[in-house]
Order: sequence, then C-alpha cells, then structure tokens
Amino acid sequence: MTHPATTRASLKKAPTGIAGLDEITQGGLPAGRPTLVCGGPGSGKTLLGISFLVNGATRFDEPGVLMSFEQSAEELAADVASLGYNLQSLIDQGLLVVDYVHVDRSEIEETGEYDLEGLFVRMELAVTSIGARRVLLDTIESLFGGLQNETILRSELRRLFRWLRERKLSAVVTGERGERTLTRHGLEEYVTDAVIQLDNRVYDQIATRRLRVVKYRGSDHGTNEYPFMIDRDGLSVLPVTSLALEHEAPSDRISSGLVSLDEMLGGQGFYRGSTVLVSGTAGTGKTTLAAHFADAACRRGERCLYFLFEESPKQMLRNMAAAGVDLQPWIVAGRLQFHADRPTSHGLEAHLALMHRAVEQFQPDVVVIDPVTNLLTIGSQIDVRAMLTRLIDYLKLRQTTVVLTSLTSVGSELQSTEAMISSIMDTWVLVSLEEAERRRHRWIYVLKSRGMAHSDEMREFWITGGGMDVSSSGVAESRGR
Amino acid sequence: MADETFNLRLYVAGQTPKALRAFVNLRKICDEHLAGRYQIEVIDLLENPTLGRGDQILALPTLVRRLPEPIKKIIGDLSDTERVLVGLDLRPRKADSA
Repeated sequence: MTHPATTRASLKKAPTGIAGLDEITQGGLPAGRPTLVCGGPGSGKTLLGISFLVNGATRFDEPGVLMSFEQSAEELAADVASLGYNLQSLIDQGLLVVDYVHVDRSEIEETGEYDLEGLFVRMELAVTSIGARRVLLDTIESLFGGLQNETILRSELRRLFRWLRERKLSAVVTGERGERTLTRHGLEEYVTDAVIQLDNRVYDQIATRRLRVVKYRGSDHGTNEYPFMIDRDGLSVLPVTSLALEHEAPSDRISSGLVSLDEMLGGQGFYRGSTVLVSGTAGTGKTTLAAHFADAACRRGERCLYFLFEESPKQMLRNMAAAGVDLQPWIVAGRLQFHADRPTSHGLEAHLALMHRAVEQFQPDVVVIDPVTNLLTIGSQIDVRAMLTRLIDYLKLRQTTVVLTSLTSVGSELQSTEAMISSIMDTWVLVSLEEAERRRHRWIYVLKSRGMAHSDEMREFWITGGGMDVSSSGVAESRGR
Repeated sequence: MADETFNLRLYVAGQTPKALRAFVNLRKICDEHLAGRYQIEVIDLLENPTLGRGDQILALPTLVRRLPEPIKKIIGDLSDTERVLVGLDLRPRKADSA
C-alpha cells in the first residue's frame, strides 16, 4: 500500500487543468517529460494539447510553445476560439508562441545527409523567448510525409525527445492512430512515459468520445475508458471516482417534501446525500412527488437542479402549478434551475458530461432526474449502469441528495432497468394506481430505505389542487372525495 | 532563364562537417554551371535563429533558391550533384521510370 504513495510523492506532475483528467492521472501529466496523445482524426488530440498549453499559461504560470505541423497559427486560433481560447491574446502577453512548421515534400529535393537542427533551433528560440515550461508538438508525424529519409527522421525524433527531457519540458506529443499500433509511425517507441488514447465512437448513431490512460510510468492512474466531451467550455473528462466507496455518509436528514412520506421514512425523511428512486407507471404522480421534493429544498433555502428528459420546463411548471406546487418563484429566486434535454440529442457520455457540468456550475444541494428511464434507452445496459454509477458517485461525494423518477410500464412489476439500477439506490419509493369500486386509488410505499426503520405500509394518496396529500397512517379509510 | 542571376541562401547551424561539405559542394556546382551569375549567402542559424522561421527551415543544411522564382528548397549536404541540379531547375527532372 505504501508503494503508490511514495511514487506519487516523488513524481512531479503538470496539471492539465482539464476537468476530470487531473483526477484520473492523480495530478496531471508527467512534469518535465513528454506524453503521447493518440487518436483518430477528429478525436480531440489537438484540443487536448492546446488546453494543456492554455491552462498552463493562464492558471499554472507555465508559458507554452505550440509547434504545429499541420495547421497554421490562424487556423488553430480559429479552431479553438469556439472553446473560449484566445490564442492571440496569450501570444501578445508572452505566454504562448505558435510556430507553424510547414513541410511539403513536393517542394523539397533531398541531396544527401541532413539533420533536423533547424527544427531544434526554432524550438530553442521559441522556448527561451518566453521561458516556456510546456510544449505541444502537433503532430510531429507529419514529418514522415514531408521527408523521405526515414532513418534520419527516426534518429532525429529520438534526439528530439531527449532534448525535451533534458530541458525538463512538460510536452504533449500528438499522433494519428495506426492500424495495429498506437500511432501510425510508432511514436510510442520514443514516448514511453505516458500515453493517452482518445476515441470517438458511434453507438446507435450517437457519437461519444472516450479517453483512456494507456500507460503512465511511475504513477497510479485510472485505467478505464472515460467519457469526455468538447463544448464551449473546453474539454472535460468524467472520471469514475476511485473514492466511490469512501464518501461521507451524513446522518442528517432532509424532508421529502411530504410530511406523511417523511413519517414513512423513519419520521425524518431522506438522508442527506442519499439516492432516491421513485418509480411507478404513467400518471401515478412521480413528477408531483419530485416537485414537492424540489419545493421543500427551495423552502429550506437550498438549491435544486432539476433535469427534465420528457417535458419542457414550461409544461412541467404549468402542470405542477395546477397540481398545487408552484415552483415559479424559486426559479425567479435563483434557487431552482431546470435543464431540459431530449435523451436522443446526445450520447450517454455527453449527457453525463452535461449533467456533471450543470452540477458544477449551479452547485445544487439537491438534484432531480425526471425521468431517469428516458436516459436508460440510449445505451447498452452496462454503459447505462456505469454512467449512472459515475453520476451518483459524484453526487454522493458532493453530498447532494438525488431523486430519480422511473417510469414502469404497466404489467411488469419491476422493469429490468430498475432492477439494474436499484442496487445503487439508497431509498426506493413506489407509487401505483389501483382501480377499485370504479375509482382509481393511488398508493405509495417505501420498498427499501437503507439505514433507517422505514414503514412497510402502503398509504393512499391524492393529488389535489393543493398538491400531493398522503394519508397520515395505515391503509387509508376512504375519504369523501 | 539562361542568363538570370541565381540568388542562393545556404542555411546551416554552426560549422559542422555537413555544413562545410554542403558549402564546398555548392561552390563547385555553381562554378561549373552558373559561373558568374550566382550569389551565395550563408546563414548560420546559431547566430540568427529568428531567420529559420521565415524560410520554413527545418532540415539542415538547406539551400534555398530565392531567385529566380519560384522558391526552391534543397536539403542535405548537396553531395548528390544530379539532384542538386534538378532541384535548381538546371536539369530537367527525369521522367518517372514506371
């Protein structure tokens, strides 16, 4: 057990500033050494590299040099402007140098022995001119297309990586994915400290990006494939937190929003930071229950982030107002925020990443996902479960209480999807409809609730113009309605 | 073209054996084929590192034919005379023997 701790202490890291990546790599890329980032076209290699430079320059006091072998400085600046990066401003501030190294085989005649000292001179100049600590080579493999003498090129590449190490530069070296090798020209032969692989796969016509740390010499690192996304806020990677089972288990309780349901939950409601599944067939009142939960949180002065995957916020607000839960004031007060999205508009990972980011930005105390079942349809069971586990682990670490609603189809007692996710739920509340004496009766009961003596009774409830009304005790006597 | 003056730049980094060989080879070729109508400017990037970027210098030595246009680049120690002549447009490129 002491081994990882000692290596961690001795190995210096250069933080990437990319959300999630520094967690997977336990601090960043190896400081003073090159890291290979490989992947297919459009997998995000260049953006990862540029983020490393930009964050280094703006957040970690480490100016950077970008040696671009494919795109001109203008093209690069335009590409990353959409991520909010202003390369020109960094260049003007002396925090970045971009040198476009252009090689065109058709323009060059080779007439005997040469070396790449010209490239070294340019790099040396760029590095010393701003005191750079970071370098991005994107992608040096282009040289294989520009120069004919592969023997010279390979020995010069070896010299180049030695040069980077000697100057203790933290470097990102990008490489195009090869057929059988990590990179087309075998850059992995030279860069052996750390290798990150990016991938852009299509599942059910929805593209999802993934990142994997293939190798990280001398350091612990997560070995899974992690979803990552690129949007207007830059890159972010979603780690499966390794602290999954080390999170705090708060003992304080919060109200479900319904006095009677709190009664059923040992008299005090949910544990803070717990995960609650509310399942039932269509029209049983799942959203109403979730709305009460959100309302109660806002009443306590807390912040609620509400993910809607079926209705628009306006429609939901109208329906809830009609059912007696007026959430509009909380939106105005800034305590409630909706995030509505079509499940099919993104891949699973993208959804996860968006939700993750929304949580980071809004910093909610409670979260509602309504309904989670709509998300379950967009990936394989294993993927969905993994995604939900990641999200819930993350929310648990933040001690955020989550209510997830789940739509059960009529007839099937427990959906396989519910069975699949129920093990990661702390509390499972069922709402159901039953027809009797030409009237529909709504019932609520607590199927499980970890760590508390919960009621085992079924209680009848009504949805009135004043909200959800759960009978106070026992199997309800009929109420004249 | 026959009487145009050749404006040539030889980029090197220090007086390395390759650089010296390239210079000797270049002088010889020019004297034989461009007698009286060439200028050679040797640029040492160790002394003027900033000049490497403008002409997109990567490999060394690099010979750049600045005039007559278009600009041509020839890399290496110029030991392959035939290819140097082809590179300078002083000899037609051999048809690909397909």
